[in-house]
Amino acid sequence: MSQVAIIVNGKARKADVEPRMLLVHVLREQFNLTGTHLGCDTSQCGACTVLVDGRSAKSCTIFAVQADGSEVTTIEGLATDGQLHPLQKGFWDAHGLQCGYCTPGMIMSAVTLLRDTPDPTEAQIREGIAGNLCRCTGYQHIVDAIQLAAGRR
Amino acid sequence: MIPTGFEYERATSVADAVARLRASNGAAKLIAGGHSLVPLMKLRLSEPGRLIDIARIPELCGIRQVGDAIEIGAATVHHDVATSPLIATRCPMLAEAAAEIGDPQVRNRGTLGGSLAHADPSADYPAVILVLNATIHIVGPGGERVVQAATFFKDLLTVDLDPQEVIVSVRFKPVVSAGYAKLHQRASHYAIVGVAGVLDIQGGVVRSACVAVTGASTHAMRLSNVEHALAGQPLNDESIHKAASIAGAGVAVVNADVHASEEYRRAMIPVFTKRALEKARARSSA
Ligand SMILES: Cc1cc2nc3c(=O)[nH]c(=O)nc-3n(C[C@H](O)[C@H](O)[C@H](O)COP(=O)(O)OP(=O)(O)OC[C@H]3O[C@@H](n4cnc5c(N)ncnc54)[C@H](O)[C@@H]3O)c2cc1C
Ligand code: FES
Ligand code: FES
Repeated sequence: MSQVAIIVNGKARKADVEPRMLLVHVLREQFNLTGTHLGCDTSQCGACTVLVDGRSAKSCTIFAVQADGSEVTTIEGLATDGQLHPLQKGFWDAHGLQCGYCTPGMIMSAVTLLRDTPDPTEAQIREGIAGNLCRCTGYQHIVDAIQLAAGRR
Repeated sequence: MIPTGFEYERATSVADAVARLRASNGAAKLIAGGHSLVPLMKLRLSEPGRLIDIARIPELCGIRQVGDAIEIGAATVHHDVATSPLIATRCPMLAEAAAEIGDPQVRNRGTLGGSLAHADPSADYPAVILVLNATIHIVGPGGERVVQAATFFKDLLTVDLDPQEVIVSVRFKPVVSAGYAKLHQRASHYAIVGVAGVLDIQGGVVRSACVAVTGASTHAMRLSNVEHALAGQPLNDESIHKAASIAGAGVAVVNADVHASEEYRRAMIPVFTKRALEKARARSSA
């Protein structure tokens, strides 16, 4: 067992983990943050995307021990004072989801995209979510949602 | 998917990483970004007894100018290479290749050294490193050694690197008149075929060319017939077309998998060679 100390959504958390424990499992099963989804478990779909030290990363492809000492932000950490984050609001208003399985990962990727590119073109948005798969929407409404959020910030 | 159990430790310096590798007697493996190794471990295709994390070693991270060369630390992530202003102005082909690796999340974690050490047959960096005639700087129990890119890539997932050695950095003379063109595998974005080309042009004539392909065969390799066909020729549509048309002709083993047949890959090598050379030409006149 190893002890990891991770700042999760602004709070210092500790957990005893086996080194082989993936970050996604620690977030979901030890910290009860089930907003982060496990989709493919093979590094392809991006449903498990969180921010590690401010940048998007697939939490199914990181051992929790690698994140020891890092700051992690999950979908649960975006809203402030009961107000949805502009991207959450954008997905709501532009119908950026159907079943919602991909949505937390999509939004976390979009957070990094808008940090790097505050006023993205459609092509830049599509590139920004290239690591996230959605089986429902056909992506168009997701692109619209991110564009809407970018314009409102 | 959960890998077999292992011990985890972090190295604080390159010397510390080498000492830990040595002490483990072959049980340990380095981990940098983990974006080749973790998927393999989850499939239990790789079962190291210990992981030595080198991702946070300060001396392994960063991009620096050293005289007229550029040095990139082995643990520098793809995103930092893709967005470095120094690389964008002095060696745009490298920024272009880094920006096309995988997806944003992969580029935020994966490293240059990990990509070279792993040497996936479809990885992007190897083709670029070959045409830049880069040197790979390695530290092991016996001290430091320098390997030319031309002799580094040996075979499928096989490079000139001992299990007890650490890649520390890659160095090269930057060049502007160069391009990288890639046919993406639609899901993973790995290269089905990727071609890098560097043109040395004087007075409209190609003095020499360096061209390499990745994705096509067991490992990235130079296309010397294309290089010879271009050398000494005036640089125009016709010379590019002629040289590109023979690209891949000398490659004995061409991969076939669910993403592309051998025939398709062979057909795509000239197409992407032409695109890479056209990018190089466009940059030379810009
Ligand atoms: C979904 C997905 C898509 C991808 N798409 C692409 C793509 O389009 N193009 C592409 O090129 N790659 C792609 N990759 C691979 C990615 O670029 C990897 O990050 C890279 O190949 C390995 O780098 P790493 O730092 O993650 O290495 P790790 O996984 O940490 O290590 C890989 C191997 O290298 C060794 N190693 C690591 N660093 C060193 C060092 N400094 N010295 C000696 N040995 C070392 C390790 O021991 C291990 O054996 C993709 C990966 C994923 C998961
Ligand atoms: S669950 Fe991590 S990428 Fe699909
Ligand atoms: S909304 Fe169902 S997977 Fe995207």
